[in-house]
Parts: sequence; C-alpha cells; structure tokens
Amino acid sequence: MSIPAPDAQLVARCRAGDENAWHELVDRYGRYVHAIATRGYGLRGGDAEDVFQEVFARIYERLATLRKPDALRAWIGQTTRRCCIDRIRARSDEVLLAEPDDVPVETLGRLDDALDVRDALARLSPECAEILDRFFCRDESYRAIGDRLGLPAGTIASRISRCLGKLRELFADESPEGKKQVTTTVS
Amino acid sequence: MSKRFDHDEEGIAELLRQLPPAPADWVAAAKQLPAARAGLDALVARAEADVELRRRVVAELDAALQSEGIEPEERVVEELRRRLDA
Repeated sequence: MSIPAPDAQLVARCRAGDENAWHELVDRYGRYVHAIATRGYGLRGGDAEDVFQEVFARIYERLATLRKPDALRAWIGQTTRRCCIDRIRARSDEVLLAEPDDVPVETLGRLDDALDVRDALARLSPECAEILDRFFCRDESYRAIGDRLGLPAGTIASRISRCLGKLRELFADESPEGKKQVTTTVS
Repeated sequence: MSKRFDHDEEGIAELLRQLPPAPADWVAAAKQLPAARAGLDALVARAEADVELRRRVVAELDAALQSEGIEPEERVVEELRRRLDA
C-alpha cells in the first residue's frame, strides 16, 4: 500500500486521461461508496451493486465539471447518498419505514472517520498495513494471515497489537490543545 | 489530512472494520469505465457514419456492445439507445 496522492492530483490525472489514476480513484473510494450504500442505507445485493456502478459512472462522466478537485471525497459521498436515496425511492413495491434521507449523520460521519483511518494505513509499513487490513477489514483468521504472509500464526496477534499501536500513534496527541494531524510515516 | 481524532486503539480498530472491501467484480467493472466509454464512443461514431451498421446496432444493442467487448449492462444499453435515437 503506497501513500495515496492528494485527491486534486488524482483528479487532474484522471482528467488528463490517465486510466491508472482512475483505477486508483476506484481503489481509494470503492470501500467508501460500498459502505455508505450497505451500512448507511442498508442496500443489499443488486441494489447495492447498481448504486455502486451508478456512482462511479456519474463520477467518471462529471469529473471534468468538479470545481474543487480537493473536494472529491465530499462529492463522492454526496453522489453516493443521492444514488442511494434515488434507489430506495424507486422501489414502489416497498413500504419505507423511514424517509431514506433519515440516515443518521453520525453513521456517515463515522464512515468519513473510517476513510481517514484507511488512508493512514498507507503510512504504516506494508506488512503492518496488510496485517491490519486482513484482520479488521477482511476478517481473516490468524492462521490465514500467517499463511498468506509467511509468518507464524502465533505471532499475528502481537503484530496486530503492535501495528494498531503504530496506527494510533499517527493520531496521538501532539499539540497542546488536542490531537495531532497525520503527517508522518511510521515503519 | 487535517481532521482531529479522539479514538483509542479499540476505536481505530472498529473504524477499520467499517470499510471492508467492495466485491472484487464490482471494483473491476468500475475500473473498466474509461475503456467501456471509449468503446461506446467508437461504436456510436461508426454507427452514425454507416446506416446499415446503425440499423444492426439498434436492432441488437446487447450484441453490438458485446462485439465491442463492452458488458451490456442496463445503464450502458440505455445510453447507447439514447445516443442512437438522438
């Protein structure tokens, strides 16, 4: 996992026709779009997949019109929410228990925080990033992680703890009044 | 990144759990958008320049897309139909 380029750079490269940049954009935001649709709005199966593809189609088609490229994340989040709401409202055969835009702000804010943590993973060593991703995001067992990375399964728990500690350090209190910003690479 | 965090290690672990990977085939399809778009543009351009090809494409939208290596998803088929109807 390499340190991601700033969104504005990614947008500029996409606009220039760099397909690899588009792939990076999908890799960076695929989980976010998926999580908003499934965890935020409870969409499943074909509905979630349709929203996922619709969001990226809209982003691709309208990338040239994005006035503030560094606002890419907010734009993707907003586009995803709109697509989810459209999808839910389009289900004429379903009775809605709540208005679709009633998804708690905290839920969406939590996914934003999760994406910040996800981005910070790239500042850890590749091994740490992969161990944490496999354990927490992919729900793999110690044995599976050990087999995959060629490490003794008995050492995975301690590595997870150590890597989580390093990730936490990125967010540790540094300034007198609060928490620090993530600016460094931890190996 | 300028956001400030109050999360301890357990909180960070919980946030990591919030973003499991999207299904690989969904991601792969989204990554193919530029190639699919280029293929669609080329197909429309050829159809607009060739009446017989246009007739065949309109008659068999799915097959025309597949022959260009484009997955005939509903959204893509509708776009092709719209562009050739215009």
